[in-house]
Amino acid sequence: MPGLDDLYQELILDHYRTQRGRGNLEPHSVAVDQNNPLCGDQIHLELLIEDGRITGLGHTGEGCSISQSSTSMMSEVLPGLTLEEALELVEHFRLVMHSKEEGDEDRLGDAIALEGVAKYPVRVKCALLGWMAAKDAIQTYQGNGGD
Amino acid sequence: MSTAAGLDATALRADFPILDREVHGRPLVYLDSAATSQKPASVLDAMDAYYRETNANVHRGVYELAAEATERYEAGRAAVARLVNAPIEGTVFAKNASEAINLVAWAWGVRELKPGDEILVTEMEHHSNIVPWHLVAKITGARVRFAPVTPGGELDMDGFREMLGPRTRMVSVVHVSNVLGTINPVAEITRAAHEQGALVLVDGSQSVPHMPVDLAAIGCDFLAFTGHKMLGPTGIGVLAAKPEVLDRMEPFLGGGEMIRDVTVEGASWNDLPWKFEAGTPPIAESVGLGAAAEYLMDVGMENVRAHERDLAAHTIAALEEVEGVTIFGPTDPERRGGAVSFTLEGFHPHDIAQIVDREGVCIRAGHHCAKPLMRVLGVGATARASTYLYNRDEEIDVLVRALGTVRSFMGGPGA
Repeated sequence: MPGLDDLYQELILDHYRTQRGRGNLEPHSVAVDQNNPLCGDQIHLELLIEDGRITGLGHTGEGCSISQSSTSMMSEVLPGLTLEEALELVEHFRLVMHSKEEGDEDRLGDAIALEGVAKYPVRVKCALLGWMAAKDAIQTYQGNGGD
Repeated sequence: MSTAAGLDATALRADFPILDREVHGRPLVYLDSAATSQKPASVLDAMDAYYRETNANVHRGVYELAAEATERYEAGRAAVARLVNAPIEGTVFAKNASEAINLVAWAWGVRELKPGDEILVTEMEHHSNIVPWHLVAKITGARVRFAPVTPGGELDMDGFREMLGPRTRMVSVVHVSNVLGTINPVAEITRAAHEQGALVLVDGSQSVPHMPVDLAAIGCDFLAFTGHKMLGPTGIGVLAAKPEVLDRMEPFLGGGEMIRDVTVEGASWNDLPWKFEAGTPPIAESVGLGAAAEYLMDVGMENVRAHERDLAAHTIAALEEVEGVTIFGPTDPERRGGAVSFTLEGFHPHDIAQIVDREGVCIRAGHHCAKPLMRVLGVGATARASTYLYNRDEEIDVLVRALGTVRSFMGGPGA
């Protein structure tokens, strides 16, 4: 079938089987929960933020292979970024998912493999779940007067 | 089309043009009729003929064409009323079942409910029979209560009776669960509710298309259902109700058609059922729904029910053979309809639905607009196969074979 191998390519399945960043993070600076009302997927995301930079990320929750692998891939690229860089990367990924930007492999890392998800509108929300949680976490942190 | 001996699904399939198509090079296996049904040519032709031959606005035109349009519009209503044994003046068209329930919630609930009053629903309701009540409860100070579901996926009637009391003003309950397939004893529920002086609304979205439903025999005050799940078009739903109850209600939506007279001070209302139909109604949709009701009555609802009972038995037996499958809801086909929810251990329902789609199989995955029930079941989502009169055992077997490919395709934690 056209496209399905795009959606379930080996790199994605690998992140689904062996999730990076999986688990709780202690200590953490901010924690958020994000749900996909469409399919009931949920994610709990914790970030450690030091000197305006993400220095740690942990996630738990449950969902489909796309939401889980996407969050796993995200956990490899966000740590080390400043909050502004992280928000920019989240926005870039969002635009890639909506076919409005070409994916930048240097910044997205393995998440470039998710480009094919854009062809499956229903699954775009799955791919974005973790990233929207990250955006929410950063904005929550900033709103609470974090640096 | 049908005989006393039952229903020949293979012959019936010829009436449904879409069933000839392929998906990903495979024959379409449509197992999502609980979401929406496919349409027979008679429905498509009736709507097409209406637009080609008699299109005009209904009721007020004095010319012949308008009279013909009105006649066809009202003939649709009469056919639907006959299907569920409802009085014609109590058969109100809405946009869908959700709007039919909202009609009662807003036209009755907002005016009648007081702080301390209770609306009793069940844990197995579709959101469309929860959210309207939440909305009016917030305005009126009434409270929405949820009768429990047993671990086997049936309504806990003892729990229901415990919650039913003098404070209960409305019992709004699903006839057949869109997730579990469970058939609820709505006549018994109605009797118990009426003893307490409560009104009863039955959500027939998943029952009217699939089994004989008789408004008078159930005895409920309101029966809500939707056209597109019963071989008809989208854009039309039905509130079939006792006229004496509707008579006591104020209108829901205001506009043209629903008035008798309008002055600068106010308005007086049209007769039933038009009092509840503001604006130009879904005319072609009524024609289509009428054709759908005629089709179902020709086949015979007893035959539809018997066919789907047999399909449910086959679906459950076949799924039980698949390693790692958990089925939700009653396993006794006598106690359930043809919607069968399941999970496959280690694999998310979304992934399952995506992978079986490769084989042309359409099933639904998610919470099925029943999140309170999902919490009771302890799952975030399920996969659901749901049947109708045009499905055959072979299609269930295609699904089961496709499920076998999920494990090899995905590998992962469940492999």
